[in-house]
Amino acid sequence: MSDQKDLLRAPFELAYNYKRSSGPLMSKFFDALAEQKILGTKSSTGKVYAPAAEFDPETHESLSDLVEVGPGGVIESFSWIEEPKHHHLIKNPFAFALIKLDGADTSMLHMVTECDEEDLKIGSRVTANWSATIENRITDIKFFTLEK
Amino acid sequence: MRKVAIVGYAQHPILENAGALNEVELIMPVVHQLFDELGISQNNIDFTCSGSCDYLQGAAFAFVEGLSAIQTNPPIKESHVEMDAAWAMYESMLKIQMGDADTALIYGFGKSSPGRLDSIISLQMDPYYISPLWPDRVSLAAIQARVLLEKNIITPEQMITAVIEARTNSKNNKNALVTELVDKEAYLASENISSPLNEFDCPPISDGSSAMIIASEEKAYEFTDHPIFIEGIDHRIESSNIGSRDLSKPSGILASIEQLKLEKIKFDVAELHTQFSHEVPYLQSVLNLSDVPTNLSGGPLVGNVMMCAGLDAIGKTYESLKSHDFTNGLAHASSGPCLQHNMLVHLEKKS
Repeated sequence: MSDQKDLLRAPFELAYNYKRSSGPLMSKFFDALAEQKILGTKSSTGKVYAPAAEFDPETHESLSDLVEVGPGGVIESFSWIEEPKHHHLIKNPFAFALIKLDGADTSMLHMVTECDEEDLKIGSRVTANWSATIENRITDIKFFTLEK
Repeated sequence: MRKVAIVGYAQHPILENAGALNEVELIMPVVHQLFDELGISQNNIDFTCSGSCDYLQGAAFAFVEGLSAIQTNPPIKESHVEMDAAWAMYESMLKIQMGDADTALIYGFGKSSPGRLDSIISLQMDPYYISPLWPDRVSLAAIQARVLLEKNIITPEQMITAVIEARTNSKNNKNALVTELVDKEAYLASENISSPLNEFDCPPISDGSSAMIIASEEKAYEFTDHPIFIEGIDHRIESSNIGSRDLSKPSGILASIEQLKLEKIKFDVAELHTQFSHEVPYLQSVLNLSDVPTNLSGGPLVGNVMMCAGLDAIGKTYESLKSHDFTNGLAHASSGPCLQHNMLVHLEKKS
C-alpha cells in the first residue's frame, strides 16, 4: 500500500488540441451564426429541431430542411448559479437554461445572465446576445438576456 | 436462453480522497475478496470485463492499467466499457448467454478526487452544441429537478425526505462515505450549488471500486444452493440532444418497464442509481415503488463512485436478497445527463 504521508503532487492540465469537422449540416448552422442567424431543421412531421439536428430522434430520418429560428425564445427550464466556478464561461451569476427559440419545437441549452434569479421563470422570454468575435462555435451566441 | 446468476459482489470502502492509492490498489482488494470467498482464482474466470472512464484518470487507455490488478498470464479473454460497470456486467451476461463463458469477473473503478469532476463530465457531452458551454453535471440535473417541481411530479418535501433517508440508511452500508445524519433545518441551511439543488441534494465526490462475479446456471449451483438470478434486464438510451427530450417523461425507462413486464412483479427491495435527491421520488413514482424499501444502502447520495455506482445498485440489491427473506429485487443503473441512459435489472432468489 502506498504511504499516504508526504505526497508529492504536480499539476496536470489535460487539453484537447484537436479540430473537429462539423459535418455538412452543422457546418451550415455554424456558418449562419456568423450572420447572427440561428438555424433549425424541419422533419417530415413538421417538427423543428433547434439547434439544427442531423437526424430526428423520433422518426430516425436524416434532416436537411433548414429553417431560421429565434433569436428570441422562451425558457423551458433553468438552473441558477449564484457563484460560478472556474470552468464556467460567465463569471457573474447566471443560469443554464433550456430555451425554446421562436419557430422551434425543441429547446437549446445555453446561458442566461444580466438578471437576478427572481427575474427568471419557466416561460420567461429571452433573446440572444452575440459575441464580438465570431469563431463558428456555439459560443458565438454569447448568452441570452431577458427581453426588454 | 441460458440463465445467468450473480454469485459474488464486493465493494471497497468509499473514500473522499484515496490519495496515493492508485486504481490498481483500489481494485485488487475487492477482486481478491471475491476470489477468497468463492475459493477460486483468475484461472477459473472465463471472461473479465471492466467499467471505467479514462477522462477521470486523464490519460488515453488508462483502463488498461487496471488490468494490473488481476492475473493476465496465461492470457485472458477481456473487455472494457467506457461506462459504468453495470454495462460491463451486461456485456459479461451476454457472453455467458451466448455460451462463450460460464463465469465472468466484472469490476469498476473511479477516482473523482484528483480532478474537477464538473468540468470533466462536461467534456463527455455533445462536443458541438453542449460541451463548449461547460454545463456542469449539477446544473443539468437541476434543470430536470426544476421541470419535475414545476409540474408537481415531485415536491421539495420529497427531496428533503430523500436526503434524510439516505443518511439514515447509510448505517446499513459499511462502505458508505457520508454517514452524518441531517435534519430539515440543516438541509434548508445548506449551500446552494445550482438552484434548485443545494449541497445535500448532490452526491459526494467519491473514490473507490467494486467487483462482481456472475455465472451460468449450472456453474452458479457449484458456488451456492441459492443463486440469485438475473431474471430480466433491459437498457435504453434517450437522445443526446437534451433539449429535444421531455425531462418529465422517461420514455426509455417506460419502454423497459413494458419489456420486462415489471407491473406484474411484487418487489421486496430496490436500489436506484439516483445521484441527486429529486431523482429518488421521481423514479420511485415511475417504477411504482411507493411500498418498496428503496436504497436501503443509502444509495449514491452517501457514496457515488463514478463508473461503479450503477454496478453497486445491482450489487446492493443482490446483497439484500441474499441476507433477507426477500425474493424479488429491482436494480437501476444510469448514465448521461438528466437520466439519459437507464438500465433496469430484475433479480430473483431461487429458494
